[in-house]
Amino acid sequence: MKDYTIFDIVGPNMIGPSSSHTAGACRLGNIAYKIAEKSIKEVTFLLHGSFANTYRGHGTDKALVGGILGFDTDDERIKDSFQIAKAKGINFKFLAEYLGDVHSNTVKIIITKEDNTTVEILGSSIGGGNIVVTEINGLKLEFTGEYTTLIISHIDKPGMVSKVTAVLSEYQINIAFMRVYRHEKGQNAFMIIETDDEINNNLVIKIKDIEYVKKAYLINI
Amino acid sequence: MNFTKASELLELCNKHNKKIFEIMIERESFLTDMSKEDIIAKMQISLDIMKDSIEKGLTEDIKSMGGLIGGDAKKVMERSKTSRSVCGTLMSRAISRSMAVLEVNASMGKIVAAPTAGASGILPGVIITIGEEFKIEDRELVNGLITASTIGMLISKNATVAGAEGGCQAETGSAAAMAAAAVVELMDGTPKMALDAAAICIKNILGLVCDPIAGLVEVPCESRNAIGAANALISAEMALSGVKSIIPFDEVIDTMYKVGSSLPMELRETALGGLAMTPTGKKLQKQIFDN
Repeated sequence: MKDYTIFDIVGPNMIGPSSSHTAGACRLGNIAYKIAEKSIKEVTFLLHGSFANTYRGHGTDKALVGGILGFDTDDERIKDSFQIAKAKGINFKFLAEYLGDVHSNTVKIIITKEDNTTVEILGSSIGGGNIVVTEINGLKLEFTGEYTTLIISHIDKPGMVSKVTAVLSEYQINIAFMRVYRHEKGQNAFMIIETDDEINNNLVIKIKDIEYVKKAYLINI
Repeated sequence: MNFTKASELLELCNKHNKKIFEIMIERESFLTDMSKEDIIAKMQISLDIMKDSIEKGLTEDIKSMGGLIGGDAKKVMERSKTSRSVCGTLMSRAISRSMAVLEVNASMGKIVAAPTAGASGILPGVIITIGEEFKIEDRELVNGLITASTIGMLISKNATVAGAEGGCQAETGSAAAMAAAAVVELMDGTPKMALDAAAICIKNILGLVCDPIAGLVEVPCESRNAIGAANALISAEMALSGVKSIIPFDEVIDTMYKVGSSLPMELRETALGGLAMTPTGKKLQKQIFDN
């Protein structure tokens, strides 16, 4: 946990009514939006626990859809997110579902992209607007978005870590935390890199150019 | 520079002959590399959102998501202008504004969590009213918000500001303590007085449970934001008069945490106890979620 700053306490600036059920939900939607590379045709939200029981009264549903539209937690359009999504031709639905031994405020977001591929994100809103993502496309991992986060989807090959960190080093980016996950040896893998410094798009493009890197997303919330 | 206890903060204030907000700005610059000017400018944005949310709550027709609140802030403001105010108009304006922000929050409007969304009315209600009453400029009110954040930081670090962990004392109690300390510094009280005011605030509502109807940030949250504003003003008045907190701030916060942890789960934001489980509370819950 980072040390509390002034604006962690007087803040976040947000659309009410609840930091965990509204602001946190919006952040989870927003992360899914970035991981789906802003291309969204259809979304199903599987709501677990307290999210499933109280989502209407807290506007959790509107906040999730707002996130999927790329809205930040303080965007006043969240209130009208259903209409905005419909106008954009995005279909969405909410289903209550038991998702196992997870945090009480958990959602699984299943996105069908415009190219008909799907992306699945599992994440929880853990209080005060803070969130944790615990699964992408069935692969267990963990990041909070508290730091600037770079998510790299790649093939599990020797030398991948050194190629990626070489680019970060070239741009003078300090890595706070870094983890590597994979389905199986030589198969799909993810790198999660949390940094102290802001990352610009040129760096992301350069990482995408590395052989065996499939995708790279920047999460900055 | 950093500190984690009020006693350390007080030492820093005394050593450098600075107010709490000045020490907090130095800490922030140290932690985040932000300049003093950028910190002030960023907090001005928060102050503007606070003002907008008050304005919205007192002029627009508000209906909360759960349908339990909306329009009450206006009633209190109206009475303070037209009838003999029981609390005096300063207090009733602060109460009304705190309620206004909470109503805006409950209707998916834009607010500043301070320290949480559920307690977001108290700090703006108090600060804006004190600013209005004593003609204090925005640049000073911003300093007050930074004083407030210092208190909230100390509570977050040593206890909790989450209702789910510590009950309502942790939410509206912390917000009131933050606002009280801010008022003391804005009225030229010493750092020690500000910490005494914050400690008195928490002591006043120690043990307050979190039992919202249907689990929504509506009832009794709105009136608890009103009493939070009153608590802040009362505590600030006492501390500015020279009344001390016999139990020091750090010990009060440790106690608040222990009391919060010993509250049963039913009384910590689960809507399984307290007012939420009254016959009327249960009926309303059914109405809201069956719709």
